[in-house]
Amino acid sequence: MSENVEVKTLVIDGHEVSARRGQTILEVARENNIDIPTLCHLDGLSDVGACRMCLVEIAGNNKLLPACVATVSEGMQVTTSSERLQKHRRTILELLFAERNHVCSVCVANGHCELQSLAQDQGLTHVRLPYRNPDLHVDASHERFTLDHNRCILCTRCVRVCAEIEGAHVWDVMGRGINSMVITDLHEDWGSSSCTRCGKCVQVCPTGALFDKSKIGTSHPKYPDFLPYLNLMREAQ
Amino acid sequence: MSKLKLATVWLDGCSGCHMSFLDMDERLLALAEHVEVVYSPIVDTKEFPDEVDIALVEGAVASVDDEKKIRKIRAHTKLLVAMGDCAVTGNVPSMRNPLGPEAILDRAYIENVSAQPQIPCVVVPQLLRIVRPIHEFVHVDVFLPGCPPSADTFHTALTALVTGQPLDIPALTRFGA
Amino acid sequence: MNLEELELIARSVRQENAVYDYEVNVCMDLACASQGAEQLREALIATGDASDKKVLVRRTGCMGPCSSGPLVRVDPDEILYSHVKESHAEAIIQSLGSEPVPELQCDLNEHFDKQVRVVLENAGYIDPEKIDDYIARDGYKALMTALMEMTPYGVVHRITESGLRGRGGGGYPTGLKWGTVAKAGGDTKYVVCNGDEGDPGAFMDRSVMEGDPHRVIEGMAIAGYAVGASKGFIYVRAEYPVAVSRLTTAIREARRRGLLGNNLCGTTFNFDVEIRLGAGAFVCGEETALIASIEGKRGTPKPRPPYPAVNGLWGKPTLINNVETFANIPPIVRNGGKWFASMGSERSKGTKVFALTGKITNTGLVEVPMGIKLREIIEVIGGGVPGGHTFKAVQTGGPSGGCIPAEMLDLGVSYDALLNVGSIMGSGGMIVMDDTSCMVNVARFFVEFCMTESCGKCIPCRAGTAQMYRLLSRICEGSATMDDLSLLEDLCGTVKETSLCGLGMTAPNPVLSTLKYFRNEYIEHIVHKRCPAGVCNIQAPVEVLA
Repeated sequence: MSENVEVKTLVIDGHEVSARRGQTILEVARENNIDIPTLCHLDGLSDVGACRMCLVEIAGNNKLLPACVATVSEGMQVTTSSERLQKHRRTILELLFAERNHVCSVCVANGHCELQSLAQDQGLTHVRLPYRNPDLHVDASHERFTLDHNRCILCTRCVRVCAEIEGAHVWDVMGRGINSMVITDLHEDWGSSSCTRCGKCVQVCPTGALFDKSKIGTSHPKYPDFLPYLNLMREAQ
Repeated sequence: MSKLKLATVWLDGCSGCHMSFLDMDERLLALAEHVEVVYSPIVDTKEFPDEVDIALVEGAVASVDDEKKIRKIRAHTKLLVAMGDCAVTGNVPSMRNPLGPEAILDRAYIENVSAQPQIPCVVVPQLLRIVRPIHEFVHVDVFLPGCPPSADTFHTALTALVTGQPLDIPALTRFGA
Repeated sequence: MNLEELELIARSVRQENAVYDYEVNVCMDLACASQGAEQLREALIATGDASDKKVLVRRTGCMGPCSSGPLVRVDPDEILYSHVKESHAEAIIQSLGSEPVPELQCDLNEHFDKQVRVVLENAGYIDPEKIDDYIARDGYKALMTALMEMTPYGVVHRITESGLRGRGGGGYPTGLKWGTVAKAGGDTKYVVCNGDEGDPGAFMDRSVMEGDPHRVIEGMAIAGYAVGASKGFIYVRAEYPVAVSRLTTAIREARRRGLLGNNLCGTTFNFDVEIRLGAGAFVCGEETALIASIEGKRGTPKPRPPYPAVNGLWGKPTLINNVETFANIPPIVRNGGKWFASMGSERSKGTKVFALTGKITNTGLVEVPMGIKLREIIEVIGGGVPGGHTFKAVQTGGPSGGCIPAEMLDLGVSYDALLNVGSIMGSGGMIVMDDTSCMVNVARFFVEFCMTESCGKCIPCRAGTAQMYRLLSRICEGSATMDDLSLLEDLCGTVKETSLCGLGMTAPNPVLSTLKYFRNEYIEHIVHKRCPAGVCNIQAPVEVLA
């Protein structure tokens, strides 16, 4: 840590906390054991502020800010959980469940899925919105892994880990709006793409959209915790 | 104190929720102190009774018959419980939705059948185009997700319901549990 | 190039034009061109050449009342002809010097009288491909003045003093934005002109870029000087090929005249402009998405802050303004901030260009002082609703805006007033609806637009607009329940409050405003299964597999 660290103090959910200048609200909250739900955020990857789960209220600001990218400021008063925020978070989860074909009971990630456990944490017992039932395909062309678009929530963790950590940039997003899809290379089959077979995308995928074929029929926990460690070791070099 | 009238219903599901319900084993006896089962796949009543206090509905709404049933059940039930993921989300039965019913019927009755392949059109109820959870048709009072909800979940939830205790469902179960 | 040289060019143009006794201006904007204005112009030139009269036939940008096109204005008498065909060329040339052609004359005095033209001051008067035409009408004088007589701070101050607010829709104070970029550190800064006009029914920016491209370039150069940028980008949607070609010509001519490039006016100030084409994504009108697109990335927005003024194009401080905002700059610098601030209302200064479309007699482009009543725009300038129908609502602000009902027609047009009634100023689209419009259907149309134009990055916009569209479709089809309606309202709240960028945040506006003012129409669809306007085709839902 450099010697010229500027320290800010702020209040999160009534707790006075201190932070370094430039830290995000999410970082500071987690350092202080204050839980803010996230989906697209992953420690070790850049933040995109896309899933809107981590929106928090800032006193004096009408707009909700994503804690993963909003940085702290002196005297800031943050509320991470309120009726309004919880309602929005539940609606966002409902939107995700209704968007594609998430059938938890037959999913390889059942029991290890961030979407599933977030829904439980946020008290979601059913989805009020009509299910869209889109007709999506499964890309099983890769010898080790499978991509099931039915379970993809477009968090773009795979895109980011491949570009930022593996440096291969095999994954990207194609299409617009509700028709957006993650693709490999220029929409080639994963199996014939320039994939390096490192499997990082599978480990960071929060749902069962990307999975290891060898785990079919068994439990498939994901291990994305290697990322911050990897970054730390790379920086040290 | 008179017993609460309990009905259990089996729409488009695998009956796994009913199995799990029965897995309550000896705890069923304790429950029977409070409720009388008036209608269920496991009792003999043919018609859904006029007045039911609690109805546990397993399965999604997949056919015209299911739709008729669920509307009738709603009309005669005080507390409607969507029991299990099929009733709550559509779950496995709804996996045919992107394909449409024709493709499913073809696969089941034509493609893989060697003797007299034909799609049944009498006796069996017509399929709806889209399989949907029951709350898309009628008001549901309690959602009990899980595939199936465990016997413990059933026990805790039903005990709370019959005794009027508070019930925290997300603490008990989740989609796919 | 300096002020004297500029004056010299202006004088020589005037001298050249003085040779002619008559000027026949032909509107060559898209609406007129599509009705044969090009052939008409050629016929006028041929007939003019053949006659003994000294006639200058000039092509110009949009004159305004597009539905009356093709338009021809004969100067110096300012006689406006509407619906002119190629076959009328003979009669028009013959009439010069005597009585006007009666059957072509149109009475649009009321239409023009209520308008105040600042941005459109040259529209219909100059050939957009001739830089000298622009110079002859005081073009580039503001840039020269700024460079020779003002400090960058002075320019920012003048813009601040004018009270100009962003014309792209947000209404952010332009002077404040300029000041922020000017104060931002770093040697490299950029000026970006947002010409990605995408609202359905809006064509103000296209018209300015096509009809008076130098005005935009001059505005950008002044901005460059004020904020300390030497590079500008004009981001134009590729669907505007004429605008692109006019701007390309204009940039080339400006460089040739030494009005773009290095050491402008003999000062140390360098400024050049490049054009970047949008690939048809509405969301690229959002500034962070636009920046991503210029950088060659997928056009998706980023969370703000940091704002582009601090961290924009390639991470550098970047000033982004809309076409119309830049088009306002030269007259403000020329005439002073106070002059501009004398027009308009308390918190919305100057004028605003609107594209008037829908069920209205005079479809076209109008420029009005801020604060003018909606009623005047629609009933007087627009000529009211045609065909004996009655006015129902006016939609401002495109897909992000709301519908304003007849009872509110006496509202003065300003950023705040429109916001107060659930709509927005937006970029200036104004769609008029009459009793044959179904408000649920209108809301569905705009939601469909937002759904297909959502970039897909954030969940509320991507999936939320799709669900809103679905619920609205149910209502239009007559299969919705009151539960669906409350679900829709709930969803609108979440999409509005949680979306990442303006597209999603404002996508529910058409639904919320029609629910506010025309709730009974929703109820009619849901409860009584009928569409009061007779637009929606409501049938008993067929659910069963045959």
